[in-house]
This record gives sequence, structure tokens and C-alpha cells, in this order.
Amino acid sequence: MKKRWICLFVENEIGVLARISGLFSAKSYNLDSLTVGVTEDSTISRMTISLTSDDKTFEQIKKQLSRSVEVIKLVDYTDTPIHMKEILFVRVNGCSDVDITELFRISKVFGATIIDYDGTTVLLECTQTENRNDDLIALLQRKFTNRIEIVRGGSVAVEAVSISER
Amino acid sequence: MEITGAELFVKALKEESVTTLFAYPGGQAIDLFNALYGEKEIDVILPRHEQGLVHAADGYARSTGKVGVCLVTSGPGATNLVTGIATANYDSVPLVCFTGQVPTSLIGNDAFQEVDIVGITRSISKYAVTVRKREDLAETIRKAFYIAKTGKPGVVAVDLPKDIQRAYGSDFYPKEIAIRGYKPNTSVHMGQLNKALDILRHAKKPVFLIGGGVNIAHANKEMTRLAELTGIPVITTIMGKGAIPTTHSLYVGNIGIHGSYAANRAISNCDVLFSIGTRFNDRITGKIEEFATAAKIIHIDIDAASISRNIVVDVPIVADAKKAICSLLEKAEPLSVSEWVNEINDWKKEYPIDMGRSGLTPQMVIKAVNEIFTDAVVTTDVGQNQLWTTQFLALDENRQMLPSGGLGTMGYGFPAAIGAKLGNPHKDVIVISGDGGMQMNIQEMATAVVYELPIIICILNNGYLGNVRQWQEMFYDRRYSSTCMRYRRSCEIDCNTPDHCCPEYTPDFIRLAESYGAKGIRVTKPADIKDALISAKQNTKTPTIIEFIIDREINVMPIVPPGNSLNDMILESEEHGK
Repeated sequence: MKKRWICLFVENEIGVLARISGLFSAKSYNLDSLTVGVTEDSTISRMTISLTSDDKTFEQIKKQLSRSVEVIKLVDYTDTPIHMKEILFVRVNGCSDVDITELFRISKVFGATIIDYDGTTVLLECTQTENRNDDLIALLQRKFTNRIEIVRGGSVAVEAVSISER
Repeated sequence: MEITGAELFVKALKEESVTTLFAYPGGQAIDLFNALYGEKEIDVILPRHEQGLVHAADGYARSTGKVGVCLVTSGPGATNLVTGIATANYDSVPLVCFTGQVPTSLIGNDAFQEVDIVGITRSISKYAVTVRKREDLAETIRKAFYIAKTGKPGVVAVDLPKDIQRAYGSDFYPKEIAIRGYKPNTSVHMGQLNKALDILRHAKKPVFLIGGGVNIAHANKEMTRLAELTGIPVITTIMGKGAIPTTHSLYVGNIGIHGSYAANRAISNCDVLFSIGTRFNDRITGKIEEFATAAKIIHIDIDAASISRNIVVDVPIVADAKKAICSLLEKAEPLSVSEWVNEINDWKKEYPIDMGRSGLTPQMVIKAVNEIFTDAVVTTDVGQNQLWTTQFLALDENRQMLPSGGLGTMGYGFPAAIGAKLGNPHKDVIVISGDGGMQMNIQEMATAVVYELPIIICILNNGYLGNVRQWQEMFYDRRYSSTCMRYRRSCEIDCNTPDHCCPEYTPDFIRLAESYGAKGIRVTKPADIKDALISAKQNTKTPTIIEFIIDREINVMPIVPPGNSLNDMILESEEHGK
């Protein structure tokens, strides 16, 4: 089992998201995250799909996606240099002054930003890799058990232009 | 010139050379039917149920090679197509299914007879789309036909909201279409083909395993030449049967859980398995870990997703079967494999598929069909009737078999025959069905009668849902749960001992045929089989039902029990012997 990344260019039409996500559920493929947005060409949407699978299943997933009429192009990002980021919001409730100081410290280390704050509730924004966000969530869960709410956006990825490793 | 969407729909059908349309009207399709009214170039066929309708379109498409076209209304009209869409798509049959839909302004409102048919069919079709703008209509229909018949053929559903049908717009219908995400493979990778030929050159025990892809590509003549040129024996799947004539000396038989001993044995012992147009479905491989373990495997398929999915192959080749076979014909050489062929022939003699029993058997019926109907389309239903047909029906360039192979849809055979007869009026069209499957679309008797289609319907009546009963007998301690078709409330609930005291069968198929204005013949003795078939052949005005009363507990043999490898076949039935 290995973490995989797919970049998928699809027709920007009603029902395409259902077709793609439906393929995963119908065939029992595991799907970690799927993000989609329109490209510079408004008739084309671009999806970033992350999933965990073995080699054989992944080959089948790529073939099944490619044969969909609505799929224009599939690029396998698994072993290519890419930049990827995920937006993460964390709301921390019931904060004391000590908690808030701690949160500012954590933000600095993780490259997160405190974007809102009302005395007892703090809102953090962190745009990092999925793994880095996982680490931040783990830390906050430990420190602020049962007091955090998480909103994750799913990863978006783009090919690197200058780096040769990720 | 400005015309309505409905008028453009009719124009599109003509541009696509549609001459037969399988159609059932309803509120949201009434404008389309209005535009079709009095139309002379399109034969509009009104079946009695939308499921029968879509199977008829399927039988028409399989037997003519043309796209089958359906038109139904929204809601229940559309949902009644679902089984037929899945049936056709699973067997790669090109269909375009038009469904009426509530006006775009009402979509999502739970309007009367509104269903999301595009959503419902998404996972069982090649493509499904709702036309949301009148200006998209022509291109969408052109696209639908193109997608349905190219590449690996399949079903396209086109949902037509009522306001689109009524809206005026351009009468232009495009000839050419380009879809950026859809580029069916049209070439053969010569490097891969050479690799395959190289493996073949060193083969001592090669076999061809041929699936439905060769029949779909109409590459039967080429396949026969390739077998003759190389001298390699040919094994087929159920869908591939007929790829070369079944009487050919190089034809071994069907592979699979009801395949022949020789074919399964040859697969298990071959050193090169050269497969074309099959997806290695579980019904043909048996226990996958023990499938063709000694062989190098070459796999040609038009669908990349069918390759290396169920079994790992050594040389994958993504190509159309006909193109690939033609390329092979240019380069392949004769092999000296006569010893291997002899070995297979010995297996054939050792355990031929033969019921070898007295009384009226399905084998006798199908053999008589072979003798009497030389230019024919034979459809089958699903279950024992289908398996016996795939075992005993002889196929060649003039005789074609249409089964529901992938989905295994009971109720397919009879309506499919209606489509096949409409597409092939000069051929004899025969249905081999069971008493269970025949009742699943029996309402189409009216369709066959009113369109004067002299279809010959052979019902092999054992009063059981025989295939399930056979499994219950062999693997479930004869617990005949819900499989007896002669059961009545007055019977013992756990009866598993059919005898002469069983209640009368219902319906009486003979009187049923007569009530529709068709002919009915009941056959109980082997001596009457041929007379009945000949008399049915002479009845050229109406369909004929021939009910063959067969032994209640005949089994389909041989069988590979569930979970076993192809090597572990049960060859003879315990109860009855050979």
C-alpha cells in the first residue's frame, strides 16, 4: 500500500464529479481526498485526487478513470516532483490566556496564522502539506483534547518547475 | 431553418440511419412521438413493457451490428430500462437510449414521473447525459451514437427534457464530431505484437482463448484463418463461441465452470495462452490462483482496463480484435503442434459433453435445432437453458447465438429474439428459454404477434428454476428453497422430491400461446421433437411456442464447483449417471 497522487483534467460539466467519485465507490477503491476547481479554460476542471492503494489496484484505477468519456487527461503525480498544499482551519474553543500564548507559539513553528480570535476562541489557518497538517492536528488534539474543530480542504497539487525532488 | 427539438430528434435518427426504433410513449415523450407520427423511414416498434423493449433493441443490435435505439418516457419508463441497459453494457452492445424528462424548470422538484435517470445509469452505461440547452441537442445525439458504437461498444443514455423537445432552434446536424477525452484505440502496437509472436514461435502447447470481442469485431473469418495458419487450437468463452465454426477440427470447446473437459484441461496445461477479447471473468477462470499457471499469457483487448485486472499477463496489447488479428495474419507462421492437438483430441474423446441419457433431453432439442435451422439467430435466456445451448448449439457464419453473458439477465431471450427477427427477417429466429425466464417477459407475446414475427420459442420446461435447483441439489443438501415452479400452497413446504403427483404447471403455455393468437405445441417424447420444430418453421405468420417437457432434475454437466480450479471438474451427475 502506498500513497498516490493523480491530477485529472475533466470536462467542466454537470455530473462529472459524480461520475468520478461514483467510480471509486462502485469499484470499492479507497479515496483519501478529492479537490476540484475550474482551470484557466472554463470548459475544463482540474481534480487532485489522493488515495492509498497497492500497485495493481492503482493501475486499474488509472485505466478506469482514463476510459471515462469525461476525462480529458490523467497525470500520475505519485513519483514526480510536485508542490502540494492543503488548506486547514482549526477552531480551538475555551482558551485561557496561557492557551492562547501556546497557540501563537505553535502557529509560528508550523507556519500557521491566527486569523480570528474573540477572547476565548481562536481560529487558525494553516496551508501546508497534508502530512504537515496531520502533525499539527495531532499536536492540537493532544494539547486541546475535545476542544478543537477541524475543517480540511483536501490537497491540491501542481508539477514543480525547478525542483527535482519533492 | 428553425425546427423543434422533437423534429431535430427525428432528423438525427435518419442521419444516423436508424430504421427501427423501439419505443414506448408517455407524458414526457409525447412530443417526440408526435414528430414520429406517420414517419415512413423509421419503423416504430411498440413492445409491451420497457424491459422487453430494451432487450429487443439489444437483440437487434447484436444480430445486425447496428446501434439499437430506444425511446421511452420519463420516470417509470426510464427506470424500466435499467436492467436492459446493464445487460447490454455488460456485453458491450451498442445502444442509444432516449428518455423523456420533465421540463428543465421542474428538474429537482420531485415532479410527476421525474427520476434522475442519468444518475441512476451512470455506473451501468458508457455515457449518460441530460440535454439542458436546445442548441446542444444535435451535437449530443451525434456524440451519443459515436460513443455507443466506437471503441468498446456500450450504452449511452440521453435524457431529453420536455421543454428541449418543444423549443425551436437550428436544424443543423453535424456529420463529424471530436470529443477531446474520448479517443478509441485504432492502431495495433507492432512492438507488442512482435513480442507476442516471438513467444508463440517457441510454444509447444499453445491455445487461443477467444472471448466476445472477436464476435463484436466481426472478425470470425479472420480468426478462423489465423487458427488454420498457425494450427493452434481454439477455446472460446460463452460470449466468444462461434469465433470459429464449432465444427472446425481446431475448435476445442468452451472454457469455464460449465466448459468442456478438454477445454479446461487444455487451459490448465498450455504453455502459451493467447487470449483475444475476453475479460477473464470469474465464471471462466475458476479459482484464479490456479488458472493457467504453466502458461505465458498474451492478451489482446480493446479496453485497457480489461487487461491485467483479473490475471496478470505477460504481453498486453490494447487493440481492436479484427485489426490485431489481421496484423497477426501478416506475420504469424505455422507451428508444429500436432502432438499437442492430438493430446487435446484425446481429452475430447475421453469426456465429450454428452447427456447420454434416455427420455427427452435438452441435448436432443438443440441438436434438432442444429439440423433444421441452418440460417438462424438463436437467443437464449439465462440458467440451464443457456448453458445447455452454449454446450450443444453448433455455430458458424450463418448461425449466431445471443446470450446475456455478463449480467445473466433472466427474461432476456424472448424479447431479444423479437429484435433479432426485426433485424433479420429472412433468418429463422429461435429462442431457447426455460419456463422461469420465459415468464419474465411473456407480455412480449403480443408484440411478436402484432408485428407478425414467426419466432420459434423453445421452452425447456422442468418446472424448476433449474440452475439454482441444481446448485441446491449439489451444494446445499437438496434444500429446494423457492425454486419449484409447480409449488402450490397445498404442497409440503420443504418438498424436494418431484414426482407425478405434483400440481399442474401454470400457466398452460399452449393455451397461453393460443390466447395471444400464436401457435402452441407440447412435446413430451423424443420422437416428436423434429416434427414440432418443422411445423413451427412452417408457421410463417405467428410465433410458435414449443413446450418441451424435460426431466425435472437434469443437471448441466460437467461443472467446476464454486472455489475450485478448472482442473477439479465434476464430470457426471451422481443421481443420474451418464
